[in-house]
Amino acid sequence: MESERSAVYSSDRSPVTRRGFLGLTAAAALAAGVSGCATGNSGSSAGAPRPGGRLRAVFPGGGADEVLDPHTTDLYAEVARAKALFDKLADYGSDMSPQPRLAERWESSADLLTWRVPLRQAAFHDGKPLRADDVLSSYARILRPDSTRRAKASLSVIDLANSRAIDDRTVEFRLKRPYAEFPNALATLGAYIVPEGAQHFDRPIGSGPFRFTSFEPGRSFLAARNPDYWDGAPHLDELEILVSNDESARVNALLGDQADYAHDLTATTARSHEEAGQIQIHRLPLSNFHALAMKVDRPPFDRREVRQAFFHLIDREELVRSVLQGSGEVANDLFGKNYQYYNDALPQRRQDLDQARALLRQAGAENLTVELLTSEASPGLREAALAIADQAKQAGVTVKVTLGNKDTYWSDIADRGSVVSYRSGAMPIESHISQRLLSGSTTNNTKWQRREFDELYHQAQATSDERARTELYMEMQRELFEEGGFLWWGVSDWIVASANRVGGIDDRAPANTLDWARFDKVWMG
Amino acid sequence: MNLPRYVFRRALLGVVQVFLAMVLVFLLTEALPGDAAVTAAGDNPDPAIIELMREQLGLNAPWWHRLGEWMFGAVQGDFGRSLVGPRSVVDIIGSSVGPTLLLAMLTLALVVPVSLGLGILAANREGRLVDRVITSTTLGLYSVPEFAMGILLVTVFAVQLGWFPPTAVGGSALLSRPEVLVLPVLVLLLRPICSLSRLIRAGMIEALHSGFVQQARRCGLPPLRVQLAHALPNAAVPAVQQLARTTDWLIGGVIVVEAIFVIPGLGTTLIEAVSARDLPVVQGLSLVLASVTVLVNLAADIVARLLAPAAEVDG
Repeated sequence: MESERSAVYSSDRSPVTRRGFLGLTAAAALAAGVSGCATGNSGSSAGAPRPGGRLRAVFPGGGADEVLDPHTTDLYAEVARAKALFDKLADYGSDMSPQPRLAERWESSADLLTWRVPLRQAAFHDGKPLRADDVLSSYARILRPDSTRRAKASLSVIDLANSRAIDDRTVEFRLKRPYAEFPNALATLGAYIVPEGAQHFDRPIGSGPFRFTSFEPGRSFLAARNPDYWDGAPHLDELEILVSNDESARVNALLGDQADYAHDLTATTARSHEEAGQIQIHRLPLSNFHALAMKVDRPPFDRREVRQAFFHLIDREELVRSVLQGSGEVANDLFGKNYQYYNDALPQRRQDLDQARALLRQAGAENLTVELLTSEASPGLREAALAIADQAKQAGVTVKVTLGNKDTYWSDIADRGSVVSYRSGAMPIESHISQRLLSGSTTNNTKWQRREFDELYHQAQATSDERARTELYMEMQRELFEEGGFLWWGVSDWIVASANRVGGIDDRAPANTLDWARFDKVWMG
Repeated sequence: MNLPRYVFRRALLGVVQVFLAMVLVFLLTEALPGDAAVTAAGDNPDPAIIELMREQLGLNAPWWHRLGEWMFGAVQGDFGRSLVGPRSVVDIIGSSVGPTLLLAMLTLALVVPVSLGLGILAANREGRLVDRVITSTTLGLYSVPEFAMGILLVTVFAVQLGWFPPTAVGGSALLSRPEVLVLPVLVLLLRPICSLSRLIRAGMIEALHSGFVQQARRCGLPPLRVQLAHALPNAAVPAVQQLARTTDWLIGGVIVVEAIFVIPGLGTTLIEAVSARDLPVVQGLSLVLASVTVLVNLAADIVARLLAPAAEVDG
């Protein structure tokens, strides 16, 4: 490491990173490659962007308990509302690389312990300018000891007591440990910047593209264009976010002209409406990863050969065809296909029953019987489990599928079961590793606890040279690919639909990234 | 037994019933896997965060302690606060009771005249074409579950024909756009109309053949008066009790209809509260629903007694 320069700030990234741009185009090429499913804006009759109109978007929601506190966002509807009213310092691009938002850019010291973040010239809806103190107090609110907020885990790397405002528009963060991917923390879910001292969010004031108008929890939310938005005023006059937990009701609302945008549809629905042309179907790629999580600390998966046998007995193409109904693509046993730092040099695994049988023999585990724990906590989990049980039979493995409780499934699988159904939304590969694959990770469902692996991760975070860091990520993924506990078999699209007159929906942005549900860039034709 | 004593006894029983329902709901919710802290954590179940939430929500106290506290508050009209959001239970119930009440009232207001009309008509045309059409239609419709009926009506009348809006999405001001209520109320109406009109038909036929109606006819009373003043009250006794049961049933039907048509009422709130393990809200709602059920049944029994004092209906 070039520690001599420790006091000097090295410019690390320009506002739009080259890497981010490449990642984005790669994703676009990919979407075009598997075309036939991606309608994109070609089906739109929206024409060129024009100002005006109200967009009515229907999302599944959280009912009467919903709040507008942006630091408690958990559901897609909450994120969409928070995104309309507030900004984060950064957000994820379509390849999960952090893109500057309220941060103009970021610069780190050579030891990666001090990060200087100049802020954009932006203002809150009440006219007050965004200041460094707003950023620090927002993070302090998330990091309070009694806080249970989701962003707390990612932001806790900040040594808040020693972080400071250099001037009104520059924040200097001190970190507790070197962290090369610190901008990921700035982009993390729920890390929104609120005005200093804001505690109540009945009439929230943010710096986002829309200004609050009205809110009925679990029913509707209305916001109006912020003409002074730093990233350009939205085309729309008004944005209305409606709530319906019933998928067919969301589609019906769209068909019946009660809504212009419907979030979260099933592949079956998408297919039946795709041809009709009444509405546009958007398949947002790389949004939802599907896996089996094998616990490496207990039989039979404490034996490497058994895990490898499972890698070989899965027919990924068939799972994508049947469980994802073709709305997605196969994965290669690794999380984060086509994201920044993804190891795409590894050969694509395919079903190889002979190899699977040989590995089982090697492990002395012929005629293996395992219990596969699944639930209906997320669509497709149970179907995948049943299909995998069928496939395993071909290699002489008996998989007994057990259905768990859907409301508590994600915490149940922390310790229960030796192999369980798993899925994950989009997040950077770095977050995936730090949250799930380190010895001290809070949701380490595969019990992957290896000191050497932790060491690789920490080494990567202490490496400022991007190429060297990339190589460390490749190495971590090679290890996971060979003998890890996660079997990521597919990645599905996130399906949304819109009325034909709606233009400007980005068809390449995975759910929960910057360009997803970005209604300030959408217009009504 | 005289009426006031009967009412008092039934009311007392009702209070006991409500109390038992409360305890039962508490125990059942308690028996569900997971608690509000676990379900709130969702797919990010950090054990430390879950423990911190449990502490903040007071979930670490033993169940009898929490039940006792809740009951103590409820008696004083304090139903506690939601475990998931910042609102009070009373506030949550208050903001979702409107749509449900509206649906139930509209349904009840329409179900009585329509089923009376159909039942009397069929009884007077016993065995003739009109009777056979009414009988077979009501039997057929009765066997269609609400959710299927709802989906069918939406597909035909909202999506294909475009006569009515397919959902009520967009907030609670339902009365300002009454067209969104047509299909939900229709779904809620169909089954009770079928069961009630069949009961009224059967009761009317029996009453029309009975001795006292024959006698009234022989005395030369006008036919309409015979029908409404002599035959109907006797025919209506089972129907009134069925109407009470219909009201109980409506609570369940409303949950289904609210889900299909995106009506943010008590049913929707209950489902969400159960899946979030938001115990205070579940309990508050159970208290409301149990009280409504008890009151409606009490009222039905009293009305039945007034209509036919001879037929001793014992609570």
